[in-house]
Amino acid sequence: MRDVAIIGVKNTKFGEQWDRSFRDLVVEAGVGAVDDAGVVGGKIDSMFVGNMSGGQFVEQEHIGALIADYSGLAKDIHVPSTRVEAACASGGLALRQGIYAVASGMDDIVIAAGAEKMTDVPSAKASSALAAAADREWEGIMGATFPGLYAMIAKMHMHKYGTTSEQLASVAVKNHHNGQHNPIAQYKSPITVESVLKSIMVADPLHIFDCSPITDGASAVVLAPADIAHEFTDTPIYVKATAQASDTIALHDRRDITTLDASVVAGRRAYEMAKMGPKDIQLVEVHDCFTIAEICAIEDLGFAKKGEGGIVTQNGETAIGGRIPVNTSGGLKSCGHPVGATGVKQAIEIVEQLRGEAGKRQVDGAEIGMTHNVGGSGATAVVHIFSRNR
Amino acid sequence: MSVPRFWRKQLARYNLIGTHCKKCDDYFYPPRNMCPACRREGEIEDFKFSGKGEVMTYTVIHTAAEGFENQTPYVLGIIKLEEGPSLTSQIICDPKDVSIGMKVSPVFRKLGQDGEQGMIYYGTKFVPDKC
Ligand SMILES: [Zn+2]
Repeated sequence: MRDVAIIGVKNTKFGEQWDRSFRDLVVEAGVGAVDDAGVVGGKIDSMFVGNMSGGQFVEQEHIGALIADYSGLAKDIHVPSTRVEAACASGGLALRQGIYAVASGMDDIVIAAGAEKMTDVPSAKASSALAAAADREWEGIMGATFPGLYAMIAKMHMHKYGTTSEQLASVAVKNHHNGQHNPIAQYKSPITVESVLKSIMVADPLHIFDCSPITDGASAVVLAPADIAHEFTDTPIYVKATAQASDTIALHDRRDITTLDASVVAGRRAYEMAKMGPKDIQLVEVHDCFTIAEICAIEDLGFAKKGEGGIVTQNGETAIGGRIPVNTSGGLKSCGHPVGATGVKQAIEIVEQLRGEAGKRQVDGAEIGMTHNVGGSGATAVVHIFSRNR
Repeated sequence: MSVPRFWRKQLARYNLIGTHCKKCDDYFYPPRNMCPACRREGEIEDFKFSGKGEVMTYTVIHTAAEGFENQTPYVLGIIKLEEGPSLTSQIICDPKDVSIGMKVSPVFRKLGQDGEQGMIYYGTKFVPDKC
C-alpha cells in the first residue's frame, strides 16, 4: 500500500441555495479543489462522489457520470466516476474509496467529493428521504423519524448516566460558537443554553436547536500518492488511517442503544492503523447530526469515559483551547448537514487546521486530527486520521 | 410503504411472529431467515411471541413523519420482549405516563393508510399493563 496525501480542498457555501442546482454545487467544489491542488483535468485518474439521496432530493440518479460530464471530465478524457452511498456517511465513504484507489497503486490523482441538494423539496419530503436511512419496514412504518431515533438514544443516555438537557444543549452552543468563524457555515449566530431549551420540541428530549438543519452544499478534495504530493503543494496533509465498520440497520437490534458499536470499531481500527490512541489526536470533527450524537461520538472514540460525554462538553473540555477540541468547523449543527457532503467537509476542516489556515478557529500547533462520519442511526461509521507529517 | 412490501410481512406484523434459531436458542423479531450469530449453520423456525415486554427507551414525537401528522404527539418506544428481542413500536398512552421499565402488552391497531382510498395497514402497538 502507498501512503496517500490530500493536496487540494474546496467547500461550497453550506445553506439554503435556491438559486443553484445540484450540479452547480458539485462542479464549484470539484473545480475549486483541483485549482487548489494545481492539477489539470487530463491528469485526473478517477473520481468518487458521495451522495445519499439524489433520487429523492433532486430526482436524479447516475450522479457519478453527471458530475464527470459537468466537470468536463467525461467527454474526450472519459474519467471513471463512481457514486458512493452510505446514507449520511456517503461523503466519508467516497473519501475512503478515493484513498483505496490511490493506496492500491491503481490511480494517482483522484477526486473525492460529496454533495447533497436538500432544499429543492418541502421539508416533510426531506425528512422522509432521510428516514430511509433507517429500517423503513420496521422503524419507519411505526412513525419513527430520524430525530425520534436519536431521541430514544438520548432518553436512554439520560436514564443510564444522568445526562441532562442542559448538557445536550451545551453541544449546540459550542458548535454555534465555533461556526460563527467559519465562512461556509449555514448558521453563524451564537445561541445559548436557554434558547436551545426554549426552542420547540421535535422529539422529546430533542429540541429543534438540538438538530442539524436541512442544507445544500458540496465538498471536494484531491488525493495523490504521498511520494509526489510535494510537486503540487508545500503543505500536503497525509492520511494516516482510514477505517469503516457496520452495525445493525435498526436501532432496536443494538447491543447497547447508547453506544454506536460501528463508531467504536471504526475508531479502534483507525487507531491501530495509525499506531495511535485518543491522546495523540489534537482535534476531531465528529458526526453531530443531533447533540446526543456528539456526546456518544466522543465517548465511542475514547475522548470521554462512557457516560461522561455530556459533562466534559459542559466543562468546556471540547471547546477550542480545551483538552480535545471537537467540531471546530461548527459541526453539522452550525455548518449545516448536506448529508452526502458532510464526510468530505469534515476532512477539509482538518486539512485547513493542519495547514494552519483555520483563522479564528485555529487550534494552536495542530498536527494530527480525526474525522468521524456516521450513516443512519449508526449502521455505518467511517473514521479517518490525518497528519501534517508523513 | 407499498402494498407488496407490507403484505409479505403481514403475518409477522399481525401476530408478532418472528423466528428462533434452534442452534443458538436466540429469538428474532422482526423475523430473520438467517441467524446473525451462526449464519448458515443455524436452523431457523417460526416463533410466536407472547408480546409481553417492557419499555427499554422511548420518545414523544412532536414533529411527525410523513403520514403521521394527525397523530402528534405520539409515543414511540423500543420494547424489549420477554423472550429477548427488541422492536420499535408506538405505545398508546398519555405521553406523561410513559417511563423506562414500564411493562406493556400488545394490541392490534391501524398503523397507517395508503392515501385516502388506499389499503389500511394494521399491526401491533403496545399499551401499558396497568391500563
Ligand atoms: Zn444461530
